[in-house]
Amino acid sequence: MSTQSNTKVTKHKKPAHPFIRSLKGYYKSFKRNKSAVVGAWLIIFLFIVILIGPKILPIDLKEINLARKLEAPSKDHWFGTDAHGRDIFKRVVHGLGITMSIGILSTLLGGIVGVIIGIYSGYYGGKIDAVIMRVMDVLLAFPGILLALALVSVFGASKQNLIYAIAISAVPSFARIVRGSTLAIKNLEYIDAMRALGASDFRIIFKHVLPSVSSPIIVQGSVFIAAAVLSASGLSFLGLGVKPPSPELGAMLSDGRDYIWDAGHITLFPGLVIMLIVLSFNLIGDGLRDALDPKSKSR
Amino acid sequence: MIQFIVRRVLQLIPVLIGVSILVFSLMHITPGNPAHIIAGENAPVETVKQIEERLGLNDPITVQYFRFVKKAVKLDFGTSWRTSLPVEKELWPKFWVTLELSIYSTIFSLFLGLIAGIISAVRQYSWSDVGIMLVALFGLSMPNFWLGLMLMQWFAINLGWFPPTGWGSPEQVIMPVITLGTGGAAIIARMTRSSMLDVISQDYIRTARAKGVKEGSVILRHALKNALIPVVTVVGLQFGGLLAGSVLTESVFAINGMGKLIIDRIMARDFPVVQASILVIAVIFVLVNLIVDISYRFLNKRVDLDS
Repeated sequence: MSTQSNTKVTKHKKPAHPFIRSLKGYYKSFKRNKSAVVGAWLIIFLFIVILIGPKILPIDLKEINLARKLEAPSKDHWFGTDAHGRDIFKRVVHGLGITMSIGILSTLLGGIVGVIIGIYSGYYGGKIDAVIMRVMDVLLAFPGILLALALVSVFGASKQNLIYAIAISAVPSFARIVRGSTLAIKNLEYIDAMRALGASDFRIIFKHVLPSVSSPIIVQGSVFIAAAVLSASGLSFLGLGVKPPSPELGAMLSDGRDYIWDAGHITLFPGLVIMLIVLSFNLIGDGLRDALDPKSKSR
Repeated sequence: MIQFIVRRVLQLIPVLIGVSILVFSLMHITPGNPAHIIAGENAPVETVKQIEERLGLNDPITVQYFRFVKKAVKLDFGTSWRTSLPVEKELWPKFWVTLELSIYSTIFSLFLGLIAGIISAVRQYSWSDVGIMLVALFGLSMPNFWLGLMLMQWFAINLGWFPPTGWGSPEQVIMPVITLGTGGAAIIARMTRSSMLDVISQDYIRTARAKGVKEGSVILRHALKNALIPVVTVVGLQFGGLLAGSVLTESVFAINGMGKLIIDRIMARDFPVVQASILVIAVIFVLVNLIVDISYRFLNKRVDLDS
């Protein structure tokens, strides 16, 4: 009976989808990488705070309690209070979700567009490829937050526009990386074989190209989320992103800088939380790069 | 080599055209009529029409674009909508401040990053390596404007060592340079470490050691020279990032540079100044990348020049 079922299994069990198989491999090397594991736990922790925190600690954006303004951290107010007497700890808990969601949403949006452009460009090549890549070069000519800053200055400052602006600045780096990987894979023999067997482009792209370019996309994604969080909070700090009284972390820093002479704690904590978010994604990015990049040596 | 340089320079042309189109369109995709913005909310129709006429806003968009490019090539960016001064007169004094800030920060991050990276690589897995890499990771993850605020609080407000704001005197330079340079130092340290580790494991280093060359000389003369090649690329990319990053640093320390100018004029909707500043930064960034690319090929003889 047992031998029978065994042979059955070996006969009928389809080999796992290449994507699943590679995921398993990634998971193994991921687990071995300390920085990735620490980063993953930190992000899980942050997500728990985002999901539960605001429910336990509700805030009123218009709350003003001048009797308790600019208080230093204490038992009642762990991170102290700001110029309006609002509890900074509660605001930071809410702000964490806002800042992190801008970082993740903009990366997702820009990443998806970038991946589509990159695969299209790499797979089909030709004139469209040349034009698209020149456009990407142009976008890459604006260093750092400059492109997002220019776009926000045109569209106006709001959370939504901030997400769009950062997403646009994410597109070229994703497109370039994905195009390169697509180019490398599309001329491999097995892809030719697939084509000869009559597989449609769509099928080849989804079943073979996309899974094999997934690792650079994932690495770039986590690295870009870190950068996007810095851009989002930076632009909000400049008054070009999410505006106070929203507890976005950069906006809180911008609020606090006016009181830096008498109440330094207002600027201390939101900044620490931004750093924690960025640190977590950088750790994951480092770990994933080591785990997913076949060229990287395991040091 | 010359062939490579020529081709690389030719590749710049479409990029620069694209950059100019993008910067030019900033003003035109902005909601609102520029003439209205200049004249103010309640200006009479006559004034608005006059301004439209004077700026040639009624010309076809392509005519306006070519006029913009023709002038921009001669570094003429029109007049400010707010101060009525020629834009370049407003821009250049502030440009030098930002350039100074960026150059000092580059030197700072190179110095700190190289030393930290070399120590880390030479003593791989030691406590100093782990410590340096941890600090670098934090440096990389810190929002630079927050670091600036913290430095200001500790060293200017609490300790009174440095003036909290401004630019010019040596005391005023230190905090902004640390603020702007720390992220770069962290990146350079990580890059130097991994590049050094790559080089140190190579045969010719073992040969040098076997010959009896002193360890210090092996590291500095044999290994570092080759390990620096990838670092050059990073420094080039960093420099552009610094020009853009100075927007935040200048805002924190109230430095009258180009970064602060951009933000102030975005708030005041003074588009010619914003356009010119963004264009200048983008062009410098593209040129620095060109220089880096060429020097990379020059330094790394193994890279095939014609591929």
